[in-house]
Amino acid sequence: MTVDDNLRRERPPAQLDGPFTQALVRTRRFFTRAQISDDSRTMYKIGGRQADDFYRDRWSHDKVVRSTHGVNCTGSCSWKVYVKDGIITWESQQTDYPSVGPDSPEYEPRGCPRGAAFSWYTYSPTRIRYPYVRGVLLQMYREAKNRLGDPVAAWADIVDDPVRAHSYKAARGKGGLVRASWDEATEMVAAAHVHTIQKWGPDRVAGFSPIPAMSMVSHASGARFVNLIGGSMLSFYDWYADLPVASPQVFGDQTDVPESGDWWNAGYLIMWGSNVPVTRTPDAHWMTEARYRGQKVVVVSPDYADNVKFADEWLPARPGTDAALAMAMGHVVLKEFFVDRSTPYFSDYVTKYTDLPHLVCLSDDGDGGFRPGKFLTAADLPDHQHEENAAFKTVLVDALTDGLVVPNGSLGHRYGDAGVGKWNLELGPVEPRLSMLEGDHEPVLVSLPRFDAPDGAAQTLARGVPARRIGDRLVTTVFDLLLAQYGVGRAGLPGDWTASYDDASAPYTPAWQEQITGVPAAAAARIGREFARNAEQSHGRSMIIMGAGTNHWFHSDTIYRAFLTLINLTGCQGVNGGGWAHYVGQEKVRPITGYTQMANALDWTRPPRNMIQTAYWYLHTDQFRYDQFGADTLSATTGLGQLAGKSTADVIAQSARMGWMPSYPTFNRNPLELADQAAAAGQPVADYVVEQLTTGKLGFAGEDPDAPENFPRVLSIWRANLLGSSSKGNEYFLKHLLGADSSLRATETAEGVRPRDVKWHQQAPEGKLDLLLTLDFRQTSTTLFSDVVLPAATWYEKHDLNTTDMHPFVHSFNPAIPPPWQTRTDWDAWQTIAAKFSELAATHLGVRRDVVAVPLTHDTPDAMANPHGVVRDWKAGECDPIPGVTMPKLVEVERDYGAVGAKMNAVGPLLDSLGATTKGITFDLATPLRYLAQKNGVVRGGPADGRPSLQRDVHVCEAILALSGTTNGMLATQGFKTLEERTGTRLADLAEEHEGKQVTFADTQNAPVPVITSPEWSGSESGGRRYSPFTINVERLKPWHTLTGRMHFYLDHDWMTELGEGLPVYRPPLNMAALFDEPVIGDVSDGSSGRVAGVTVRYLTPHNKWSIHSEYQDNLFMLSLSRGGQTIWMSNADADKVGIHDNDWVEAVNRNGVVVARAIVSHRMPEGTVYMHHAQDRLIDVPIAETSGRRGGIHNSLTRLLIKPSHLIGGYAQLSFAFNYLGPTGNQRDEVTVIRRRSQEVEY
Amino acid sequence: MRVMAQMAMVMNLDKCIGCHTCSVTCKQAWTNRSGTEYVWFNNVETRPGQGYPRGYEDQETWKGGWALNRRGRLSLRAGGRFKKLLTIFSNPKLPSIHDYYEPWTYDYSTLTDAPAQQHTPVARPKSLLTGENMKVSWSANWDDDLGGSTDHGHRDVMLKNLGDKVKFEFEQTFMFYLPRICEHCLNPSCAASCPSGAIYKRTEDGIVLVDQDRCRGWRMCVSGCPYKKIYFNHRTGKAEKCTFCFPRVEVGIPTVCSETCVGRLRYIGLMLYDADRVLDAASVTEPHDLYRSQRDVFLDPNDPAVVRAAEQAGIPRDWIQAAQRSPVWALINTYEVALPLHPEYRTMPMVWYIPPLSPVVDIVRDTGHDAEDKGNLFAAIESLRIPVEYLAELFTAGDVAPVTGVLRKLAAMRSYMRDISMGDAPDESIAAAVGMTGSALQDMYRLLAIAKYDERY
Repeated sequence: MTVDDNLRRERPPAQLDGPFTQALVRTRRFFTRAQISDDSRTMYKIGGRQADDFYRDRWSHDKVVRSTHGVNCTGSCSWKVYVKDGIITWESQQTDYPSVGPDSPEYEPRGCPRGAAFSWYTYSPTRIRYPYVRGVLLQMYREAKNRLGDPVAAWADIVDDPVRAHSYKAARGKGGLVRASWDEATEMVAAAHVHTIQKWGPDRVAGFSPIPAMSMVSHASGARFVNLIGGSMLSFYDWYADLPVASPQVFGDQTDVPESGDWWNAGYLIMWGSNVPVTRTPDAHWMTEARYRGQKVVVVSPDYADNVKFADEWLPARPGTDAALAMAMGHVVLKEFFVDRSTPYFSDYVTKYTDLPHLVCLSDDGDGGFRPGKFLTAADLPDHQHEENAAFKTVLVDALTDGLVVPNGSLGHRYGDAGVGKWNLELGPVEPRLSMLEGDHEPVLVSLPRFDAPDGAAQTLARGVPARRIGDRLVTTVFDLLLAQYGVGRAGLPGDWTASYDDASAPYTPAWQEQITGVPAAAAARIGREFARNAEQSHGRSMIIMGAGTNHWFHSDTIYRAFLTLINLTGCQGVNGGGWAHYVGQEKVRPITGYTQMANALDWTRPPRNMIQTAYWYLHTDQFRYDQFGADTLSATTGLGQLAGKSTADVIAQSARMGWMPSYPTFNRNPLELADQAAAAGQPVADYVVEQLTTGKLGFAGEDPDAPENFPRVLSIWRANLLGSSSKGNEYFLKHLLGADSSLRATETAEGVRPRDVKWHQQAPEGKLDLLLTLDFRQTSTTLFSDVVLPAATWYEKHDLNTTDMHPFVHSFNPAIPPPWQTRTDWDAWQTIAAKFSELAATHLGVRRDVVAVPLTHDTPDAMANPHGVVRDWKAGECDPIPGVTMPKLVEVERDYGAVGAKMNAVGPLLDSLGATTKGITFDLATPLRYLAQKNGVVRGGPADGRPSLQRDVHVCEAILALSGTTNGMLATQGFKTLEERTGTRLADLAEEHEGKQVTFADTQNAPVPVITSPEWSGSESGGRRYSPFTINVERLKPWHTLTGRMHFYLDHDWMTELGEGLPVYRPPLNMAALFDEPVIGDVSDGSSGRVAGVTVRYLTPHNKWSIHSEYQDNLFMLSLSRGGQTIWMSNADADKVGIHDNDWVEAVNRNGVVVARAIVSHRMPEGTVYMHHAQDRLIDVPIAETSGRRGGIHNSLTRLLIKPSHLIGGYAQLSFAFNYLGPTGNQRDEVTVIRRRSQEVEY
Repeated sequence: MRVMAQMAMVMNLDKCIGCHTCSVTCKQAWTNRSGTEYVWFNNVETRPGQGYPRGYEDQETWKGGWALNRRGRLSLRAGGRFKKLLTIFSNPKLPSIHDYYEPWTYDYSTLTDAPAQQHTPVARPKSLLTGENMKVSWSANWDDDLGGSTDHGHRDVMLKNLGDKVKFEFEQTFMFYLPRICEHCLNPSCAASCPSGAIYKRTEDGIVLVDQDRCRGWRMCVSGCPYKKIYFNHRTGKAEKCTFCFPRVEVGIPTVCSETCVGRLRYIGLMLYDADRVLDAASVTEPHDLYRSQRDVFLDPNDPAVVRAAEQAGIPRDWIQAAQRSPVWALINTYEVALPLHPEYRTMPMVWYIPPLSPVVDIVRDTGHDAEDKGNLFAAIESLRIPVEYLAELFTAGDVAPVTGVLRKLAAMRSYMRDISMGDAPDESIAAAVGMTGSALQDMYRLLAIAKYDERY
C-alpha cells in the first residue's frame, strides 16, 4: 500500500473523464439490475445471466470417451473425446497419467494442435463415406463378370488384356471414382488377390501399413491377412529413413531410447537436428522444465528452429555437416579426457561396455602399408581356436597379466552349449588394456580414409598406432585406431598429426570443422568439453536428442556414429539422464511379442515374408534405371575394391542371393509352382531350388525387376499415404508403378554404367501394379490414385491399443461413436476381405505349398554365417550355395487358402507348440493361451475350432496384452529366467514385482497403464524409475547383441572397410552436381543455355508444424493457422537473388520433378537452403506447374531413392537382418533444386 | 477497502513452445461455428510480429484502452461515452476483416466427386465470406515463426521505440511466442465503451462477459479493447469474447486453454483486490508506475485484515483459501516474476506473463565463457538474444528494470538448482544475489518446474 496511498494524498479521487460522462454512465443504473461501481467505471452483475446459457449449452455434453490418434505420430497422447447427441464435438487431452513421482513434472497433458484438430475429419467433406472404385475399371469388371460369371476370371480378363489394363491404369489420379458396395468392392479385391497368387505367386502381393505401436490391432488386421496368404509386408522404419542404421551397427539393437521423462534427469542436453517443440510437442515441456534444474541446453540446427528459443547456445551448423562438428568434439574429448589425463569414470566405462580394448589385426595392404583389418578372435589363437564359435569371440589384453584374454559376452558365447552362463560382461579379475602403447609395442603407420574434400572424394590419411605382435599378426586396440582416426597424437607415433585445435588442415580438429560447418572452432571445442565435463561430474548424465535433421541424410549412419562416439566415450549410455535420444519415426510396440504373433500370423504360419521397402521401390519404381554412378563411387581409397564395376541394383541383387537381405518377389517363378515342381521332381524344395539356381534355370526376381513375372501386382495400403507422403521419388512411382501421368524429367542411365548383373530392358515398363487398394477415412494422393478405396473408421470409432517410447504407458482407443456411414474398422474391413478371399480361394486355389526364402536373421545363430564379415558370393564361385549360410534359407510352407478367413479370427495352434520368440528369447505361452481362451471365448467349428477368438478388435487387444511380457508380468519373469540361464547373471528380479500382473483391455480403458520391465527391451522401469535404454546391460552386465557383446566403435565387415566406415568418419552430403549434373548450390541462372531458371539451393523436407506427415495438412484448422497450402521456406538472401517476395508463387524444379508452392521468406532461414516441410500433399491448393503442364507435385516429387551399399550387409553379428531393424534407408536430404518466381497467375 | 475476487491467469512465456494447441482446443470448444470463423478467443503470436489482428497494439490508430486527459483523469482513448454516442453509427476505429483475415475453406468434396478429367483433382481455397476462389494472403497466424519477416517484420508496433535494436538478420534472429486471451481487466475499457451496458464483470470472480441478450452490436467494445479481444459475430450481430470458460471454471475445471496447454505454462488462480482503489491505480501519471500500482491494488490473502474484510464482503471461505493458495498470487507477488501485458493501456489486465529467458548472444559464447558459470550468469542476462527493451515494451511500459529482475531470478534459479541436481551443496549467495533465499528459490522452482496439475490451477 505504497504508491497508491501517496497518490491519493496528492490529488482528489480519480474520476472518469468528465462530469457529463460521469452522469451518463451513471444512468446505466436505471436500465439494468447490475451493480455499477461507485466510480462508475465498471458494472458488476449478479443474477440475470440467462444470456450466458448459450455458452453453458455449448459446453454441455453427453459423454467423454478415451481415445487417441493411431498412426503418423509417436506422441501416444490419451485424449478425451466429447460426444453430444451422438455427435463428436471436440477433444481435449486426458490428464490422468499415473504419476512419475513427487519430485518431477508429470506427463499431463499430452497432445498437440494436430491432435486437437483431429475430430474435424469425422464429418469433414474429405471424409470417405462409402467404398469407391475407379469408374472405368468397375465398368469393365461388371461387364467381364457378367460375361464370364466368375469374379476371378473377370479380373484376369481385364488385367491380362494390355489394352484394357492400360485404360484404367492411365486413368489413375484423374478423378472418376464411383461408389460401389462393400460386397462388390471387396469381391474385386479378393478376385485380384486370388488371380495374382494363382498366376504370379503370393509374393507378388504386398501390404503397407506403418507404425504399429500407434494402433496395433489396426496394423495387424491387414498384416495378418497378407501374411496368411504369403504376401510381403513392406518395412517402414528404414523406408521412412527414420531407422538409424548406426543403432544396429553400434548397439546391435533396432532402436531403444529414453522416455521423454528421462530428459529431466539430464544435466546437459544437446538437441541435434531435432526440433523438439514441433516434432515432440507433448514432450517438449520436459526440456523447458529441466532447464530450471540447471540443465544446460544446446541446439545444433542450420536454421533458427523453434527449439533454439530455449537454448543456451545455438550452433548453426550447415545442413548435413553435423558429423564434422561431432568429430571435432570427439577430438577434444579424446585429447582432454583420455590422452592429456585419464578420466577414471570414462576409462572404466569404455573398457567394460565398449569394444575399445578389443584387438584388431592390422592388415598388410601389400606395399608395406597397413590398414585396420579384422577383429582378432579366439579362432586366431592356437590355445582357443577349437572352442565353440571361436571366430565370434573377440580378444583383449589384460593389463594386470599382459596376457591375452577371451572375455565372456561376445557373440560366440550367445549360442552353443559351452556358452551357457557365459554370455555376460563379467570380467572377473581382468582389467582390459585400452591401448597397446602400454607394454611392448611397435609403432605402425596405418592408412585411414578421409572424405572431407568439398566434393566428398575419397582420400587417405596416414597415422600411426602402437601395435603388438601376436604370432604373425600385428594387432592394436580399437581405442588406438580411434585416436588415430580422430587425429589425437601421442608421443612416438608416426603420421600426419595435427599440431593444435587451430590446425585447420587435418581432420578432426575444431578449426578443421569450422571450415565445413561454419561453427566457430572455439564453440565446438567448448561444447565438446562441457558435454564431457558434465558427464564426468554426473557419471553419464549428458544426453543428445537427435532426429530427422541429422538422420535423413544418405550418410546419416556416419553422422550418428560420430554422435554415439561422444556419448559412449563419456559413459552416458545406459545411464538415466544420459545417452542418445533418437526421435524420428521411432516407435515402441511395448507389448511387442503379442503384437508380432498377431500381425505376422505366427500362430498359424511361419516364416512371414517381410520386405525392405526401400529396395523394393528402388527396383519396382525403376529408380535404378536413372542412376548415373556406380556403387563404388562411394568407396574409400583404403577399400578392397569389392564394389568395383557394380551398380546399386547389382549390390541389392548380391545381398539378396547371399541371404543378407530379404527379396520379394524372390524368384522369377511362382513359388507355388516351384514347390509343385520340386515335388514332381521328388526333391526337397531347398535342393530343387539350389539346383535350378545353379543351373541357371531359375533366377532371382531382383535380377530382372522389369520382367512382367517379377512385377508387384497387388498393393494394399492402410493407415498410410504412400503417394502423398513417403514415396521418395514420387514421380517415378506415378510413371513406372502406376502408369499414371508424371512430371519425371530425369534421363536414364547411360549404357556404360548400367547394371552388370541385373537385366536391362530397352523399354522401361509403366503401370506394373494391377491393383492399388487403400483403406482410409480421408482423401489423399494415395486414395486418388487407387483403384479401390474402402471407407475406414477414424481413431474415434474403434478399439485399439497404443504405446510409444516417449512414455511408459499403454492406453486405448475406444469408439466415441460407431463407424458412421459405410465406414468400417480396419479389423472389420480385413475380416470382410479375408472372408471374401477364402470363398473364392477355396475353389480357385485350395491348399498349396509355398517356398519362402528367408534371410539370415538377427538374434539367431544365422548371425554367425559369415566369420569376420568376409563376403562370399556363391554366384561368383567364391563358395557353394548353402541355404541358411551363403544364401537364404528355403522353407516350405503349407497354405490352406480356403481357411484364411477362419484363421484371421482365432489364435492358431503354433503358439502352443513353438511359443513366441523375441530377440532370441522364447516364451512358453501355455498359461496365457488358456487365459485367452477363457477371456475371449473360443471359436466353434471350422478350421479354427476350439481356438481363442479374435473375432472382435477387443479380442486382439486382449491377445496382445496377454502374450507380451511388458503387459503380462508372468511372461516377463519367465523370459528373464530363460535369459538368466544364458547370462548366468541375476535378472528376473527386475520383473518379479509384477509377476502376478496381467494388464487387461479394461485397465487401458480406465487410464494409461505403466508397463512391466521385460527382456523384450533393454531398459528397466522397475521400482517406478524412468526408462533409459541399455540400463539392464550396464547394471546387470547383460551383453549387447553385437559381435563383441559390447557397443561398437569399430565395424570390421568387408563392405564397411570398402566404404571406409570401419571407424567413425565424416562424409559430406552427396554432391548432386557431380553425381547427377545438377547445378551447384548458389548457382543463379536466367534460364539461358537450356538450364532451368532460378537459384540452386539445398532442398530439405523437415517435419511440419501443421501436419504429422500429410495427415492434418488438409485439416482446415491447421490450414487456417498456417499459410493454407503448400509452402517453401527460404532465406531473404536467396529470395532476393531471384526476386521472390513472401507469399509469391514459386516453382522448384530438378530432374526428379516439379513443385508449385508459395514462398515463405524469412531471415531465420540460412542462405542456400530451402525447407519444404514434409508432408505436403497435392490435394490442397496446388496449381498446374508451368514446367510440366501438370498438377504440381508433393514434397517428394523432388527427391528420389539412393541406396547405401553398407545398409545391405547381412548375416554377420549385429549386421544381420531383422524387419524394420536393418535395411537401406529411404533418405532424401541430399537433394538440391532450382527455385524461381513463377507467373503469379495460376491455373488449376 | 472493498474486497473483491478476480479469476486471473499467468502464462510462463519461458516455457511456451508456440504449438497453438490452446488456440485449437479453444476454437473447437467455443468458436467453431458460423459467424465466428475468423474468431480466435485464444491466439498465439510470434514476436517480433504483428499479432492478430495485425498491428492491434498501435493505439495511435485504434485508440483502444484508457489514457489520462489533460486534467489527469482517466478517459477512454477513443473518446468518452458521449463521443461514442455521437459516432455510434460510424465507428472509425474498427479493424476491418482484413486486419484479422478473410476466413476460408476448400472445396474438399471435389476430391471425391471429380469426374474423370485431365488433372489430379485439387481442393481450392474458397472465401467463407464470399464463397469465391481466393489466394490466401493473410491469416490469424501469418507471421508464425517469423514467416515473412523481411517483408512484414518491421510493422511490429513494439519496434517503434527500439531503434535498431531488432535486426531481421540471420545471425541476430530471436523469437518467442505470446499466447493471448481476454485480459478480464479490473478496469475494462470494453465495458466502459459499451453504449448498451451489455458488458459486465461478474461480481464473484470478475470474469468479463458480453450479455448476449443486451448486446446491440454497436462494436464500440471492439474499438475500446486495446487488446482487440472482443470480436463481432457477423451472423448474430453480437459481440463475443473469451468467457474464461466460466461453465468449466464454475465447476472447478480449468479453462480449456489452460488444461490443454502442453507446455504446462498456464496458471489459474484467484486474486483478491480492493475495488475502491482500481481507478486510482489506473490513473497514476507515470506509465512506468502502472505495474507497481496494479500490484498494490491486490490484497494479501494471508493478511488477517484482508481475510476479515473478505468475509464481510461475503466472499466464501473456500474462495479465500483459494486466493491464499493461488499460484497467480505467488507468481505476481511472492516471487515477483509475472508482469502485466501492456499496463500502459491502463485497463488493469489480469492475464500476466513471465517473460522468456532466451539464449545468450554470440558475444558471450564466442568469448569462450560458459553461460552456466555462476559468475557469467547475470552478464549473460544483460546481453540476451531477445532485447530486454523489447520485453519491457510489452510488459512494463518500457521500464527494463522489472524485466531484468525477473530474468535474473530465473537465471539464479537455474544456477542454484544445478548444484543440487549435480549432487553438490547449493550456493546461498546465488539466491541472495536476486534478493531471495534458497528455500524461496526452491519453492519457486517447484511451482515453475514441477508444476503439478493441482498446483497450476
